[in-house]
Amino acid sequence: MATQTLNHADAHHDAAHDEEHHPGLAHHFDNMEQQRDSGTLGMWVFLVTEIMFFGGMFLAYMLFRASNPNEFAAGSYQLDVLLGGINTAVLIGSSLTMALAVFFAQTGNKSLLVLFLLATILLGFVFLGIKAVEYGTKFSHGTIPGRNFKVEHKKMEEYEEHHHGDAAANVDPARLQMFFVIYFMLTGVHALHMIIGIGVMSVLVFFALRNRYSPEYHSHIELAGLYWHFVDIVWIFLFPLLYLIGRH
Amino acid sequence: MSEHIVSKNLYFLIFGALMVLTAITVGVAFVNLGPLNNVVALTIAVIKALLVILYFMHVRYSSRLTWLVIVGGFFWLAIMFVLTSSDYLTRGWVSFTR
Repeated sequence: MATQTLNHADAHHDAAHDEEHHPGLAHHFDNMEQQRDSGTLGMWVFLVTEIMFFGGMFLAYMLFRASNPNEFAAGSYQLDVLLGGINTAVLIGSSLTMALAVFFAQTGNKSLLVLFLLATILLGFVFLGIKAVEYGTKFSHGTIPGRNFKVEHKKMEEYEEHHHGDAAANVDPARLQMFFVIYFMLTGVHALHMIIGIGVMSVLVFFALRNRYSPEYHSHIELAGLYWHFVDIVWIFLFPLLYLIGRH
Repeated sequence: MSEHIVSKNLYFLIFGALMVLTAITVGVAFVNLGPLNNVVALTIAVIKALLVILYFMHVRYSSRLTWLVIVGGFFWLAIMFVLTSSDYLTRGWVSFTR
């Protein structure tokens, strides 16, 4: 009796297996759902390493800011809050277009999937373009950590006026450099992640155009989305911590 | 069983919430609240990150194992921050209340 039941179960399993077999199913997975869950899990393991990687830099930020609060506030005041704010909106917008790209991959709408991947890439370039303008301004004023570090005097005077001279009087230019070391490090590594994301997304556009994705199989889109949203989250913390601490 | 598909409307709603929270965080930054400025800015950032993680990244609908990995990751991040801070703070090298 037991053997019979077992055989029956096996036969049923094989039939179901043949029926559900998808060309995108790798041989070491039982079914598409298991494959998809494994992909998501693996991507999150990678993202945890990314959290720790950025976490170390955020920790450095926290400790240097705690020891140099006035310099960090003065440094933050030298950043362009309008451009930073626009970039925040652009990046959140790109997260929306990415989420919609995943939606259209899930629902099997190829042309809208491609369109929203391209929109995400475009917004990524807008973000990097604005970042390049900001970096350009800092380069032209010489606000680059190192031997010839110079503070933008107009902004510094504004800051002093804003604080009636009390807080700004304590700003040590040597320590002010540390804010810009951390600013360039964090935003630079963040921008590098965006460039990698744009590269990944371009490959996905190519695959999508070649009909590689379907409602059953679109893990690439989903996982690239996780990566893109992660990069967005990093910026969600960077924007207030870098641009907004010296405004009040 | 197929995967959970988040509706477009929910994505638009989350996007709207993220934009409103961004506007609030900018607005509050121009008001002097003393040390509370940091608390407000970080609270808003954490809420925004949670919205992105739960809805844009579909974690709300992910497996328990995925949840465990994510919570474990943030727990390790917390260990790094708390233990490092406990060292710096107790030596009087830094103060977070200045």
